Amino acid sequence: MAITKKIIANHGLNTEEYKNIQKLLKRDPNLLELGIFSAMWNEHCSYKSSKIHLKKLPTKGKHVIQGPGENAGVIDIGDNDAIIFKIESHNHPSFIEPYQGAATGVGGILRDVFTMGARPIALLNSIHFGSPAHPKTKSLLNGVVSGIGGYGNCIGIPTVAGETKFNETYNENILVNAMAVGHAQKDKIFYSRAKGVGKSVVYVGSKTGRDGIHGASMASAEFDDNSEEKKPTVQVGDPFTEKLLLEACLELMKDDSIIAIQDMGAAGLTSSSVEMASKGGLGIELYLEKVPCREENMSPYEMMLSESQERMLIILEDKKEEKAREIFKKWDLDFVVIGKTTNTKYLTLKFNNKVEGEIPIDALASKAPIYERKWIKKNLSKNKIEIKKLKKIKIEDALMKILSSPNHSNKSWITDQYDQMVMCDTVQRSGSDAAIIRIHNKDKAIAVSVDSSANYCKSHPLTGGKQIVCENWRNLVSVGAKPLAITNCLNFGNPENNEIMGEFAECLQGIKEACEFLNYPVVSGNVSFYNGTNKKNIFPTPVIGGVGLIDKISNPINHNLKMSESYILIIGKTFGHLEQSCFLRENFSINDGRPPKINLLNEKNNGEMVFKLIKQNLVLSAHDVSSGGLIVALCEMAMNTNFGIKVEKPKKLGNFEEYLFGEDQGRYLIEIDNKNLAKVETILKNENVYFEKIGKTQKTYFEIEGEMKCSTQDLFKMNNKWYNNY
Amino acid sequence: MKTSVIVFPGSNCDRDVAVALKKMQFKNQMVWHKETSLPKTDLIVIPGGFSYGDYLRSGAVAGKSKIIDEVIKAAKNGCLVLGICNGFQILTETGLLKGTLLRNKNLKFINRDVNIKVINNETKFTSKYKLNEILKINIAHNEGNYFTDKDHLRELKNEGLIAFKYCDKKGITNEQSNPNGSLENIAGIFNSKKNILGMMPHPERMIDNHISNTDGVNLFSSLLN
Repeated sequence: MAITKKIIANHGLNTEEYKNIQKLLKRDPNLLELGIFSAMWNEHCSYKSSKIHLKKLPTKGKHVIQGPGENAGVIDIGDNDAIIFKIESHNHPSFIEPYQGAATGVGGILRDVFTMGARPIALLNSIHFGSPAHPKTKSLLNGVVSGIGGYGNCIGIPTVAGETKFNETYNENILVNAMAVGHAQKDKIFYSRAKGVGKSVVYVGSKTGRDGIHGASMASAEFDDNSEEKKPTVQVGDPFTEKLLLEACLELMKDDSIIAIQDMGAAGLTSSSVEMASKGGLGIELYLEKVPCREENMSPYEMMLSESQERMLIILEDKKEEKAREIFKKWDLDFVVIGKTTNTKYLTLKFNNKVEGEIPIDALASKAPIYERKWIKKNLSKNKIEIKKLKKIKIEDALMKILSSPNHSNKSWITDQYDQMVMCDTVQRSGSDAAIIRIHNKDKAIAVSVDSSANYCKSHPLTGGKQIVCENWRNLVSVGAKPLAITNCLNFGNPENNEIMGEFAECLQGIKEACEFLNYPVVSGNVSFYNGTNKKNIFPTPVIGGVGLIDKISNPINHNLKMSESYILIIGKTFGHLEQSCFLRENFSINDGRPPKINLLNEKNNGEMVFKLIKQNLVLSAHDVSSGGLIVALCEMAMNTNFGIKVEKPKKLGNFEEYLFGEDQGRYLIEIDNKNLAKVETILKNENVYFEKIGKTQKTYFEIEGEMKCSTQDLFKMNNKWYNNY
Repeated sequence: MKTSVIVFPGSNCDRDVAVALKKMQFKNQMVWHKETSLPKTDLIVIPGGFSYGDYLRSGAVAGKSKIIDEVIKAAKNGCLVLGICNGFQILTETGLLKGTLLRNKNLKFINRDVNIKVINNETKFTSKYKLNEILKINIAHNEGNYFTDKDHLRELKNEGLIAFKYCDKKGITNEQSNPNGSLENIAGIFNSKKNILGMMPHPERMIDNHISNTDGVNLFSSLLN
């Protein structure tokens, strides 16, 4: 078959790239080879637009065992325990087919984690939908939530934390990011680097079907009006088979049979075989007639590009085949030797002894295109919002408006659909600043949280990038964890657009600065470009997933108030920054202005102080102050308890709205028992950490002196209204 | 006391139950679904999960598996059998327990802590509880909406075969305190000899104050007696 311009374009390759392929092969590719190049060179697999920026991120640290470049990142939490984690996007498939798209997003990220020898112990997600009023939103929300639940519940891994946001920027391109966290023995971690010539390449798991062919290419293009037609490129998930695959792999990993292992994710058999060979500096030869197929007459092209789920590729040590085969037989899974490693440094594809394709491995990996795309800087908004000129609004009304808005409503409608308790190690379920998962059979735990702030990032990407790292860090600190490392999922629009590329470059710069300052390295991640439809790009939405360590679970902290007559302190200065706040957005529909400033030094000092106080058992409850400001954070502390708060009028009063709703960063609320107050105040003063005593807890009533008084029950009701009525 | 936990492909609460049994001093063995005989055992536990993926109907395939013939035999000889969640669904598929578990009334998976009330405490499974004691216990299922015919319902009531009912904090059983639409708020039932208990809530999740509470402990300690 002649390779026409149309075929090249259909494979998402441009003329330059095609010429490059001809040069690397020293001939024209055939269709199979073209398909393989297209799968490896697309944005999703090659990171061609993002690579030079990603390199700037800090990826090393005392706790880091493995940074980016493997299936997932690995950190050391002591006592030979390692935590393996990663976040990944499944945005495009989820928009086309929400249930399967979300489900396979979960399945894919789980494989990334157990490929490395970890038993997954927690799932998290960050999901973004369009305006609730948009006709597609409701069914997308339903589909995505049941897809995430359907997969996690069945495989039996608790879904413990996440975030759900609505913004019309996602009307035609939702975001579904899934994060998996696993636990492994530090000396039993498995990598994807092939070693040795003539070793068996083994295919295990589900059979290969025609689903998901060119899925990675789809994820590397913008949507248009015909996106619905791409349904056949969405994979279908089978959590039951994945459960078998998980148990079989972990059983095989008990001894040293495995040289290298890689899951077949995006670009399936192609990327898994190429990556293993490339990392080992080897070649690989596959006998495609041996590939277990679900459908008849599948061509080599289809086999190599299928994204059928629940499959793995393993390179086995000599003489370990029979034992390995037994294990997979026990679990009723396919186990077929489909090839061997070679010293040719070529990917050689044979079908019934005939060579169907032959490509140098480095042409697909190290020689894949890298682009230094043009980008432009975004300046801080000069639109000054005159708060004093806004229509006067009652504090109570403004608060209730926020509490009952889609973005701030209680999300139990969602989290009730996820099994959060299976595995019996969930110390703290969703709804708090971070979830807490105990390390099985041990006294320690990890805290996990995912966060994003698309509005801040849109307004000023550099500040936004810093802010999400800081907020994620604060969320872990607030539950008494020491933040160790992050994974990131970078959801952006079309990188060929200079402004979008600028958003990417600057968000990354912000993430880098914050991570460096907080000693909070990036160990894994994923980039998702081309989020947009018909040239309308989404807001830049980097999502940060953080993991922290709690060395003793004897006294976990959450944000719920614990008693009456205790004191509430706010750590960190309140300036009253209202631009980009949800107060203005929900009450006045104002989206303009600058995000709050980030002072990394204060972030670090304040966070470390709160961590210290929690460790000394001086804090009853703690909460980070974020979207909605002080008053919303206070409500969140009171709402699920029988206790309220009486907030005194601040002595140095500026504008009361600014004080209560301002979204200044680096702040925490802590509840202190009366008997410890003097001690805490002394510590804070000695350490020069800014704090204010803002009020006391009391029974039943939430009260702002001279402004409002209502029962915490009313707050709860208001907060629980929206989802149930949607 | 010797216990056997049956492990089907797709079981996912097998480890949780094993941990609970060990903590409560039972001598437990895991039994793979392809086995054709059971070890000597006083209590068989069929754990929660999605046996065989539950793609046909919850518990339907497990109800026809090799090991289940042995479970039926043992149960008929008086061996104690506890089916939790998917285990309850499997027991109804085998006929060891009557009735069936339909999809939740709201057509969604439900995971949350609910209150249940002990309806009969004069059984080997529940003797350590007080009558009408209110427990807070976690549920996690798609199909927990218990249904049975009128005659069987009458038998359940007259013979004290209802183990637990969903209720509110104060013990009131009504529509508001019924999470899944179960007939008469039924959360768990016995067979007529009361050596088999099937229940949707997960007692193995409630034995540790660090993660929840200890309201499930007495179910296991009743069995130890």
